[in-house]
Amino acid sequence: MLSEMTDSAPAPALSFSGVSMVFPDGTHALSETSFDVHPGEFVTVVGPSGCGKSTLLRIASGLNKATTGTVTVDRSHLGYVFQDPTLLQWRNVQRNVELMAELEGIGKAERHSRAIEAIELVGLKGFENKYPKQLSGGMKMRASLARSLVLEPKVFLFDEPFGAVDEITRERLNDEVISLFQRKGFAGLFITHSISEAVFLSTRVIVMSARPGRIIADFPVPFSYPRSPEIRFDPAFAALSGEISHALRDAHA
Amino acid sequence: MSLNISIAVDEPVVDPGAPSSSERAGFEWSRVIGPSAVLVVFIALWHYMHSDGMRRFFDKPGFLLPAPETVINDAFINSLGRSKLLTGLGWTTLVALTGLLITIVMGVSLAVMMAQAKWVERSTYPYLVALQAIPILSIVPVINSVFGGGLNSRLFVCVMISIFPIVTNTLFGLISADAGQHDLFTLRGASRRTRLFKLQLPSAMPAIFTGFRISAGLSVIGAVVGEQFFRKGSKPGIGIVMESYRQKGIYPQTYGGLILAAGLGIAMFLIFGWISKRVVGHWHESARKTS
Repeated sequence: MLSEMTDSAPAPALSFSGVSMVFPDGTHALSETSFDVHPGEFVTVVGPSGCGKSTLLRIASGLNKATTGTVTVDRSHLGYVFQDPTLLQWRNVQRNVELMAELEGIGKAERHSRAIEAIELVGLKGFENKYPKQLSGGMKMRASLARSLVLEPKVFLFDEPFGAVDEITRERLNDEVISLFQRKGFAGLFITHSISEAVFLSTRVIVMSARPGRIIADFPVPFSYPRSPEIRFDPAFAALSGEISHALRDAHA
Repeated sequence: MSLNISIAVDEPVVDPGAPSSSERAGFEWSRVIGPSAVLVVFIALWHYMHSDGMRRFFDKPGFLLPAPETVINDAFINSLGRSKLLTGLGWTTLVALTGLLITIVMGVSLAVMMAQAKWVERSTYPYLVALQAIPILSIVPVINSVFGGGLNSRLFVCVMISIFPIVTNTLFGLISADAGQHDLFTLRGASRRTRLFKLQLPSAMPAIFTGFRISAGLSVIGAVVGEQFFRKGSKPGIGIVMESYRQKGIYPQTYGGLILAAGLGIAMFLIFGWISKRVVGHWHESARKTS
């Protein structure tokens, strides 16, 4: 639950405070990481492979416990999209999307109608009765998004969700995420390898160092929403991407 | 010489909405012609062995291996032979099916317990392996003392022979549920029970059915093998009927029984393949192509 409140700024939806992570095998994944994500903020973390970006999300969601430091977040309204769609192959789209609500103990009628709404929102209307093996990679990710939407997330975690889909599909899904973000007003925390994806989506881009990961740069993104796909060709977009790219190069060094 | 340059294309983008290809592979003649040709060769060879081969190669009389048409005539067309064999087959089927049912209940329950607690797996697995290694003949006296010389002992042999594949396949299925899917359940604090029924068991279904299919065949073998040792009672199975024909020197019916017993095993295998396709075929990739 939300704890420490500062009197002026609104309380963050998600707050990392001095979080470090050392795995039992001795891998030092995260070092003294602190940052907040406020409601209406969309923060993207970029960094070298293995710098503990995904670990950050696993700690935020409670899947892993931080070795030291604390995370403050309300987990009852938490959306989490993994790298893989992780759909249950034996359930059709409708029942997959209902899953999180079902595990949460939400009644049949309620979760059914929430799922229908979420499916429509991610553009899968008409595919309710399809099984995962009948869907393309992009459609599986859409179903995975919808599955989290039924929990009406206030905080939405994305762990490199579109790494495995082709460029065009990825851009379309990015548009989708932005429109969801605008409509639902959740606090977003997104992990990616793609700088252009990071800049396109976010209000803020955080750059992490190589393992053990810590924050080495924090860039506000000045573009307003809604963002048109054309924004990717804007000189200001290119300039910011360049700065982030430099910071990332330092991170690798 | 020409140089061929092939351009590697990244994995094709699936057209949204289009059902995956290979949904319906066309009828392939090679699937019919090949096995039919082998059958013809086999029957020809059989016929030759009866008329000449037995004498020439093994110095035995030909009637020990009656001709195929004699077998079909005496065992299947002749009504007395047919009814005796079919009654025997009926009892064997009963034992095999009952044995399989017991095996399924015991095997799946055991596998579920093993998947729930590592210590159960560690304590029972070695004995399951050992069970596989025991020759039935060597424990016939023990089975005889406990279950008597009839049907119950045959059931026991059935279970003993067929339980291993069900346990191992079910266990494998239960513990290989996707880690990411487990994370989903962890996120919402799902109980072990919820995890078992909504994640592990459904995702194990293809493996469980593979186990059923293997065990179904073994169960028939178990039922017939059991008949070799436990013949008491008024319910003689196909193995017992065959043996009594053999003792009287009536070979066509003996071979007819063999064909029926083999047919029973194949039928069980096919039926479970079919059920498996009905149950998991709509979502599982590999269930589609198996027979």
